[in-house]
Amino acid sequence: MTSAIIVVIEQKEGVPTPPSLEVMTIARTLATQRGAAVVALVGGEGGSETASALGAYGADKIVTHPQDPTESGLWATAVADMARSHEPIAVLLPHTADGKNLGPRLAALLGAPMASDCVDLTADGETLVAKRPVYAGKAMITVAGKSHPLIATLRPNALTAQEQQGEGIVESGQSQEDTAPALAIVLKEILESAERKIDLAEASTIVSGGRGLKAPENFQMIEDLAAALGGAVGASRAVVDAGWRPHSEQVGQTGKTVSPRLYVAVAISGAIQHLAGMRTSKYIVAINKDPEAPIFKVADYGIVGDAFEVVPKMIEAVKNL
Amino acid sequence: MKIVVCVKRVPSTDTRVKIAPDGTSIDPSSVEWIISPYDEFALEGALQIKDEDPDTEVIVVSLASPEATKELRTCLAMGADRAIHIQTDGGSDRDAQTTATALSQVIQEENPHLVLCGKMAVDKDQGQVGILLAYQLGWPCLTEVCQFASKGDAVEAKRESGSGAMEIYEVPLPAVLTVTKGDTEPRYANLKGIMAAKKKPLEEKTDSGGDSSLTVRSMEMPAERSPGRIVGEGPDAVDELIRLLREEAKAI
Ligand SMILES: Cc1cc2nc3c(=O)[nH]c(=O)nc-3n(C[C@H](O)[C@H](O)[C@H](O)COP(=O)(O)OP(=O)(O)OC[C@H]3O[C@@H](n4cnc5c(N)ncnc54)[C@H](O)[C@@H]3O)c2cc1C
Ligand SMILES: Nc1ncnc2c1ncn2[C@@H]1O[C@H](COP(=O)(O)O)[C@@H](O)[C@H]1O
Repeated sequence: MTSAIIVVIEQKEGVPTPPSLEVMTIARTLATQRGAAVVALVGGEGGSETASALGAYGADKIVTHPQDPTESGLWATAVADMARSHEPIAVLLPHTADGKNLGPRLAALLGAPMASDCVDLTADGETLVAKRPVYAGKAMITVAGKSHPLIATLRPNALTAQEQQGEGIVESGQSQEDTAPALAIVLKEILESAERKIDLAEASTIVSGGRGLKAPENFQMIEDLAAALGGAVGASRAVVDAGWRPHSEQVGQTGKTVSPRLYVAVAISGAIQHLAGMRTSKYIVAINKDPEAPIFKVADYGIVGDAFEVVPKMIEAVKNL
Repeated sequence: MKIVVCVKRVPSTDTRVKIAPDGTSIDPSSVEWIISPYDEFALEGALQIKDEDPDTEVIVVSLASPEATKELRTCLAMGADRAIHIQTDGGSDRDAQTTATALSQVIQEENPHLVLCGKMAVDKDQGQVGILLAYQLGWPCLTEVCQFASKGDAVEAKRESGSGAMEIYEVPLPAVLTVTKGDTEPRYANLKGIMAAKKKPLEEKTDSGGDSSLTVRSMEMPAERSPGRIVGEGPDAVDELIRLLREEAKAI
């Protein structure tokens, strides 16, 4: 049997998510180098629709499984069982909210080493080598797993997903009768789920606002700019602590680490703990009235000016594109 | 209720990182150490349960070099009842698996109802130990909890899903929760707490070691961002900014 690289796919309504396709892309490169097969695993309803899209991203085989991935304990057991039967050299997944939760469960179940939040994976002979930020991106380490498989989560937007030739063989996995007992955590209630937002960590454009916006209602223009750019809204800790914005929007060392293609920081000073969460963004734009603000040190493009004048003009300009 | 909080000492979040001569770790000489912020949130949550029910016992556990006694005393000053320090020689870099093993041995001896970890330690930024610990103990694990309260033989815990919805769970005990920032700030140790902490038990244990499953090959400084530019001042600069974003960066 050829060795396998397993990719755990996340999907929304039958469509694989962009971070999952990025993982597929790196898996394909590694598999080609190592003469291994890419085996994609998809769980839950919509699995078979998702499966049909994955061949075009380089899956040799796609296994669908009825288990709902939101039941993380049961899904982890199902994934570990499927992975074992392929004797994988690696199990790869996106470093998303679900991936962060699933990866260590797989490491526990498979007794495997794990590298979290990787920005690159390469093969060095038999060994898989992962590059990942530590100390909130103030340093990078290169780590190698001492045994197979290596579990690795890949930071969203770290690379660009690429389509490939081909289509994979689709199989359906079985739910095993005697999988581990459900870890008896009961979901009692879901609040404020009316609006399904894109997870900040996965967004490819983010517009963030800081304390310089002076009042919560002034975030309307941040929302409008984000909407015009097709992006998500982020915030500094100062405004989250003030209760202007929910914690889910906080970017930084004690919030989310994001790495979008475009990060627009409006009226944010650029404290080291904020930079920790966004400095690996591809392009950073800063709008701040203080030319000495540290945010300008990491910004690719800056405008020194009053956000209340600059942002409305930006919204208009983007809408007119 | 008996609660164990796992705390790790890490470089302060505004530390300037310098790489040590070995090329695989940071130079600790000028580092200021703190308790990892998420572990402080976890401890605060435990102390709030104790505020409600004074019969609660809160035990902090750390696998750390001898110097970490200082951070454990800080936890005692904040209000924890006792501390267990599993002392490492300070040299070896532990991976998540062997860290979880060392912690689980102590936790099994203590047999608490609830174990709290931070969602991640802000040094290696891994976010693995809490979940690994839960699997070693065979207990359920709920991750990235932002608020929790005791409900007798269960805890009610709030967690935010990736899409921003708040989920409320009932977690049977014993269980492991990993904690993220919620609405409350960790309390400061006051003078009375600091005095009391001196008399609280701090037990030292020796670490049985373990082989790391990962090898750190190298540590490097991140690629410098190429210096940016100020496009201009005020709203007049907007058109040029948009042009650059479209034509040069191709980001919109
Ligand atoms: C342990 C720890 C963890 C932390 N974690 C985080 C974290 O995760 N995320 C985070 O963001 N912070 C974090 N912080 C806080 C951080 O140190 C800063 O305090 C915070 O980021 C400041 O937020 P701000 O930039 O919005 O506010 P400020 O620093 O007050 O900056 C406001 C900026 O707005 C500008 N401004 C004012 N008016 C205007 C205007 N009209 N137009 C344009 N610009 C204007 C000002 O020039 C200024 O630069 C943490 C701190 C600690 C100690
Ligand atoms: N050496 C340690 N001693 C005590 N607790 C730890 C240690 N390492 C990790 N933890 C706990 O596990 C959490 C996650 O750590 P990590 O997996 O390293 O990101 C931390 O927030 C702590 O609660």
